[in-house]
Amino acid sequence: MNRTLKTLRLVVCTLTLYAVSAAAELRGTGDLGLIVERADGSIQLVDTSQNKAFASVTGLGDLSHASAVFSRDSRYAFIFGRDGGLSRVDLLQQKITHRVMQAGNSIGGAISQNGELVAVSNYTPGGVKVFRSDNLEQVLDIPADYAGSDTPSKVVGLVDAPGQKFVFTLYDAGEIWVVDLSGDKPRIKRHKDIGTKPYDALITPEGRYYIAGLFGEDGLALLDLWHPEKGVRRILPDYGKGEKRLPVYKMPHLEGWAIANNRAYIPAVGHNEVLVVDTNNWQQIDTIKVQGQPIFVMARPDGRQVWVNFAYPRNSVVQVIDTDSNKVMRDLTPGKSVLHMEFTPRGEHVWVSARDDNKVVIYNTADFTQLAQIDAASPSGIFFTHRAHRIGL
Amino acid sequence: MTASRSGRARRAAALLCTALQATFFGAWAEQPDAARQQELLQLLRQDCGSCHGMSLKGGLGPALTVDALQHKPDQFLTTTILDGRPQQAMPPWRGILSKDDVAWLVAQLKVGITHE
Repeated sequence: MNRTLKTLRLVVCTLTLYAVSAAAELRGTGDLGLIVERADGSIQLVDTSQNKAFASVTGLGDLSHASAVFSRDSRYAFIFGRDGGLSRVDLLQQKITHRVMQAGNSIGGAISQNGELVAVSNYTPGGVKVFRSDNLEQVLDIPADYAGSDTPSKVVGLVDAPGQKFVFTLYDAGEIWVVDLSGDKPRIKRHKDIGTKPYDALITPEGRYYIAGLFGEDGLALLDLWHPEKGVRRILPDYGKGEKRLPVYKMPHLEGWAIANNRAYIPAVGHNEVLVVDTNNWQQIDTIKVQGQPIFVMARPDGRQVWVNFAYPRNSVVQVIDTDSNKVMRDLTPGKSVLHMEFTPRGEHVWVSARDDNKVVIYNTADFTQLAQIDAASPSGIFFTHRAHRIGL
Repeated sequence: MTASRSGRARRAAALLCTALQATFFGAWAEQPDAARQQELLQLLRQDCGSCHGMSLKGGLGPALTVDALQHKPDQFLTTTILDGRPQQAMPPWRGILSKDDVAWLVAQLKVGITHE
């Protein structure tokens, strides 16, 4: 009798366990990501192993020019909306866990080295705000005040840097600020007079060089974070110069800068060219003619290919550069108005968003065949969770 | 679903604006046809929106809301769009947009583009 009861209890327990695990569908997040649907204030959650979208999360506000970073455990996405909204989305539970309206007009953000802080760069009011990543409680407000103006500067090019730092650029002021949050109190180092109208910036993948693009003059501003005492210096003095510049209908993005083989592949401003630069001395070594003004110039993770998309009005073609020969090896037409590209963690596939065709196209990067297509409303940015473990992304 | 519905609402609103303008200001000499108007609104939201914000509340470029533009003369706006502001980041749209396109866009901006 007793034994029968025990057996019965065991059976019931085992069944219950199975039921619970089936309901929870235990899984990792390393092959997940999201697609921004810019016009609808929504994102689609995607699975890069299945080549499928599996959920939609709505209510994220104005997502034009929205971007995302991921928590260190790759479970949560932080979405930076244009309207100042900062949202924390649980990829597994497929919902917003926290959301704050932290400014009137924003342009992106970053997560700290230790994963505890999320920073947002704002146009209105100009500056940077820092939040706890677990509950979005504000911990710091850094207005971008500068001499000679009552209005704080718009902030662009915000990235994380090694040593629990955030680095960003003041568009109106022409300054680069480094905020060190490793101690009890934040320490801010200002680098002034870096050039006029820095419109975007990036940090190199190892976290050493911070480089800002200048719209108002030629060249780029470089800060060596190993030697900040040397200050900001100008590199590529001819960048943006040369023959008559074409009208620029969309500024290139610097964040996607491809670096492969100690060579950086960078979008020319106002020219139908990708420039090749030696990262040892920051001298230009080659120029690759392309079919339009490049926006994103992104290296496949192994560095063998560089994929380029383009500004209006030639934005429906993607070109692939072979980095061995520095020649365009392939033209692709994924759809109308290609806005962004994202490689799978080891680069066997790339996802490409075609805004005006309302779709994301997935390519095999070895033979350029189309593997799948995902319907999405005005898709723009595509972000995969492996960004969680990359400096500056 | 929501996108197409709000899109239809926007288009309806834009058409209504156009009709009202035609009534109040007299017919435009060469108004863009309905299909072109759709292209122009798409361009305004998506491509002007790169710098001015998709809802036109501003980005690196200034806001293009009704409030922001109310004291700017039409001629100034037309010239800015056609020829750009070389010292700023504003590119010239001449060659992509005709004078009639620009006149129509300026009129739309002055009365406000409907957003969701």
